[in-house]
Amino acid sequence: MTVTYEAIASHTLVSDQTQVTFNPIASTWTDLVLVKTGGQSSGNMTMRFNSDSGTNYSGTQVFGTGSGSGSSDRYSSQGTMYINYSNATGNSVTTIMNIMNYANTTTNKTVLLRNNDSAFYVGAYVHLWRSTAAITRIDLFGSPNLLSGSTFTLYGIKAE
Amino acid sequence: MATTFEKIATATVGSGGAAYIEFTPIAGDWTDLALYVSTRTTASAVGGNDIISLNGSSSSFSGRRIYGAGSGTPASDTITTWAGFNDANNATASTFGNSSIYFPNYAGSTNKSYSIDTVSETNGTTTYMGLAAGLWSNTAAITTIRLTPDSGNYAQYSTATLYGIKKA
Repeated sequence: MTVTYEAIASHTLVSDQTQVTFNPIASTWTDLVLVKTGGQSSGNMTMRFNSDSGTNYSGTQVFGTGSGSGSSDRYSSQGTMYINYSNATGNSVTTIMNIMNYANTTTNKTVLLRNNDSAFYVGAYVHLWRSTAAITRIDLFGSPNLLSGSTFTLYGIKAE
Repeated sequence: MATTFEKIATATVGSGGAAYIEFTPIAGDWTDLALYVSTRTTASAVGGNDIISLNGSSSSFSGRRIYGAGSGTPASDTITTWAGFNDANNATASTFGNSSIYFPNYAGSTNKSYSIDTVSETNGTTTYMGLAAGLWSNTAAITTIRLTPDSGNYAQYSTATLYGIKKA
């Protein structure tokens, strides 16, 4: 049987951390799925590909906080992707992201992402990394912290 | 090489309809669960809602939702046991509501969160799509998942498939 959905690597934090890294990422698969569960300190979780801190990231999201109307906003020309935001330390934030065609060297890279914080908000994000490089490294950053007990798992999906 | 994304079970509603769709027992063999649902009900309406219970419990559920109805501004509200939109008997024939529900770390010892993406569809002016973040504030491993329509019964050809995802 051909394995088409495979766990590449997983990290479970045994202490609070400011950064989680997947490196190296081989070009073996077609698409990537990254699942993050667990607590964050109050603030943003951000992400970079291939350690690129240039102003090559942009994104658009829709979200709702559980009352009133939904909202939409965006960022552009930033040095990092804004993955999610926690409004209180200890909130459990589940993030599921799909990184399509990550190993091609022709097109810029797109990320589709769902954020789930049952105590604060729910939303969907699309991100763009303006680079044609294959993604070989993913860094996730807590601002300030990703909390102990959080898990980060990177899966590879094969098209064949 | 280990199979990482594995079908646990599929439920298909027969000609007599069904009051609910249930998966039990669910072993603790995987890391996450993914549930893909396609439901239509016998209720005299265009659409309705799927309701979730875990391990037989309908208490200690909370969450947030954003949804749109095909026009105007999306709305956001809180949820308890809501688990997605379905199509009902007055929707376009042979059309079903569809949902994907993802349960990370379902067998762990923390409270259980889940993510819902859902749509209903009909050849009319009002259909729904929604996203939700759900939380069951219970540290027990999830061993039973039941979906129940908020009105009527599930109609024939409604289906749900439960997959297990391993990280190692």
